[in-house]
Amino acid sequence: MISNTLPLSLIDNPILSQWIAFEQPGRVRVGSGKVEIGQGILTALTQIAAEELDVRPEQINLVSGQTDISPAEGFTSGSYSIAVGGASIRLVCAEVRSLFLDQVAEELRCPVSELSIEDGRFLRAGKETGRDYWSMAGEITLDRRASGTAPVKRPSTYRIVGKHLPRLDLPAKVAGAGFIHDIATENLMHARVLRQPWRGANLAALDESAVRRAAGTPIEIIREGEFVAFTSGSELAVMRASEAARALAQWQGGAQPPADVGSPAWLKRQASRDKTTDTGKPGRAPAGRMVEASYSRPFLTYGSIGTSCALAEFKDGALKAWSHSQGPAVLREWLARALGLPSAQVNVFHRQGAGAYGHNTADDAAFDASFIAMRHPGRTVRVQWSREDEFAAAPISTAMAIKLSATLDKDNKPADWKIEIWSPPHAQRPGMNGNSNLLGAAALPNAPPLNPLGDVPDERGGGATRNAVAIYDLPRHRLIHHLLPEVPMRTSSLRGLGAWANVFAIESFIDELADIAGEDPVNYRLSLLTDPRARRVVETAARLSGWFEQRKLPEGRARGFGFARYKNIASFAAVVVEVEVDEDISLKKIWCAADAGLVIAPDGARNQLEGGIIQGASFVMREQVRFEDGRVANQTWDDYPILRFSDIPEIEIELIDNPNEPTLGLGEASVGPTGAAIGNALARALGRRIRDLPLTRERIMATLLSE
Amino acid sequence: MTEKYGFAVNGRPVSVECDGTAPLLSVLREYLGLRGSKFGCGTEQCGACMVLIDGKPEYSCSREVSTVAGRDVTTVEGLAKDGGLHPLQQALLDEQAGQCGYCLSGILVSAAALLEKNPKPSRAEIIAALDPHLCRCGIHNRVIRAVQKAGAALAETAR
Ligand code: FES
Ligand code: FES
Repeated sequence: MISNTLPLSLIDNPILSQWIAFEQPGRVRVGSGKVEIGQGILTALTQIAAEELDVRPEQINLVSGQTDISPAEGFTSGSYSIAVGGASIRLVCAEVRSLFLDQVAEELRCPVSELSIEDGRFLRAGKETGRDYWSMAGEITLDRRASGTAPVKRPSTYRIVGKHLPRLDLPAKVAGAGFIHDIATENLMHARVLRQPWRGANLAALDESAVRRAAGTPIEIIREGEFVAFTSGSELAVMRASEAARALAQWQGGAQPPADVGSPAWLKRQASRDKTTDTGKPGRAPAGRMVEASYSRPFLTYGSIGTSCALAEFKDGALKAWSHSQGPAVLREWLARALGLPSAQVNVFHRQGAGAYGHNTADDAAFDASFIAMRHPGRTVRVQWSREDEFAAAPISTAMAIKLSATLDKDNKPADWKIEIWSPPHAQRPGMNGNSNLLGAAALPNAPPLNPLGDVPDERGGGATRNAVAIYDLPRHRLIHHLLPEVPMRTSSLRGLGAWANVFAIESFIDELADIAGEDPVNYRLSLLTDPRARRVVETAARLSGWFEQRKLPEGRARGFGFARYKNIASFAAVVVEVEVDEDISLKKIWCAADAGLVIAPDGARNQLEGGIIQGASFVMREQVRFEDGRVANQTWDDYPILRFSDIPEIEIELIDNPNEPTLGLGEASVGPTGAAIGNALARALGRRIRDLPLTRERIMATLLSE
Repeated sequence: MTEKYGFAVNGRPVSVECDGTAPLLSVLREYLGLRGSKFGCGTEQCGACMVLIDGKPEYSCSREVSTVAGRDVTTVEGLAKDGGLHPLQQALLDEQAGQCGYCLSGILVSAAALLEKNPKPSRAEIIAALDPHLCRCGIHNRVIRAVQKAGAALAETAR
């Protein structure tokens, strides 16, 4: 059932008028603090609102991430957007609909059951009443608390939700428009900022006259503390200036990461805060065969195809910033604090950027533009990052080491299970741990010292511990989390946080146990799964791929399986991958089955699952941020390859229809299972398992040669 | 050194006065207000900036404007003819081939050049033509289907 308990967004923004207004005849303004980051959220939220209000989707004007009028909903992350943001909009619209219907019924002295709504017009027994939302809006105040108790529609009656509605933002995008990068105002001031190459670095020397020469036309240089910016009316001039400055700047001091940073050995050497969580049968561990394996993942970057961009204007003491931030309301708060402005004087307007797959540099760019705008009141300042700075200074998704061990009973099933994780936090977004986490702010003189770092709390899905607890029926389970808070980099959230590495480890280990048991990996999984939804997803993926009918594959080819329920509470996804291995992995075909409960936008859901599959494959096959001389060594896409057209096979997806279950977040669900399935397929093809990511050609060659 | 450079963009003659070493992408976006082509890397590695020069896909992020003097440049804005969508744009919408969409401008022009030569490309031929383009969101398969569909639509209208 779709429950009526208040979602978090509605608790935080309890007044109906914070969400909805009937200002223009025929149009409904619906506010959302959740923002479009390429996942199609605006379209899905529009569907929900139109459905509950009985208006056409085109009548909804969804205003998202505009801090003066949209509800404040934290970050658009963790696959919460539809589950929480969408649920709030559903309740608000249902309540507004009933308030209006009650009023119409009273005026017409008829029971509500005689009334219906068509495109926002109220009908009585199918006939026009001459009333609609807009003509009645003056009579009903929406400045009241949402009760969350109005009846919502039954999924079986849906006409818009769960049906295909083309993405609202795509028409502009196929014409090359619609991005924050494309906003052009008269008299723009372009700016670029020189980035510190590591935390706390001090600028020892910068040959400013060489920088000015490189710019070609006159530029202005702002220097405050370690914050250095170049401004000009010409974008080309500041691009050239910052490129030259990056090469010329000499830095000293600060915390330079060592070359082996992120390796399992480095991780295990760091100071840690430890937490052990035991569940299941108490008492002594059972006796039996012990199996143990260690896995690791490296540092990764989010790598959007577009670099971050922001605009800002400071006029009459008020700051406006345009940003593709994932959390406009949070950004507003922390911009205000970092710039010493009252937050009422700051407004953030969300505009679309390139895809965000986690904490990126959008907020940093917004700070850059805002800070510079305050030095140039009245001008609109535009900042766009370089690709090199994106690699060098973006928040980084942290390396992790994961050790699994199990004691097997006489049927080779785990009687005891232990997972031990070493990881820096996955959480340094603006405001986390009370830090602004804005790069530019940290470069200013008198920047406040960093508060000690924590990870995303387990109640909110955890960071390193996300999906650490295997979903299988395990009689005894121990989780040991070594949080490494003294990491010298801004480690933060990338799609799935710790989840996909944990799923890679767990699903690899399950395959290792199945091998010991001499059982088929899918059957072995099923023997440890009682949850019917989980079983159905595993069985569906097996059927879709013809897992049990597999003929003998040619030499060098193999299939692997991976399964997880994201965060153990969101969507279920099982993935089968067929690979061919000859020095490198080539993906031949991928199948995926998923259960996301009630699906609002079916095509959008498939698009997200497929995107997650491709990104998950890219993470485990190619990606690694490396450090040299204390700084990020990857400077271009050549040094940080991601999967490309020629690497990507056909993908078949089956979305299990489950409309009576609540909507589950699915943006991150397929990432972990895909990586795990690739690891398992590779192990089968090679006859040897590689447990350290990425599964590159060099590693495969080394494994083959070490035989 | 600023100088005057004349060339055609989307069939219209233009003339800009600028430094001849300025990248074509900067000239398109800053001087000509054509912001469809995108900046992604500046180093010919992602394809976001792809344009056609005399009908051939070329990176505009590193291409010096002086080298296109007298030539024909086509950007994503030039694909749609007579106010309608180019069949490729329509096919991308039909296939919902987009997540963030940042990669699409470049992909569109490369695909248009491919279909110009080969209206019935195989999956492998499409992949070869689009391999210079990176997409981080993972819409590759949808794009491939859209290119095939658009090819079929073009062949239909040509008959
Ligand atoms: S911007 Fe030209 S290839 Fe990336
Ligand atoms: S759709 Fe986002 S990069 Fe391609």
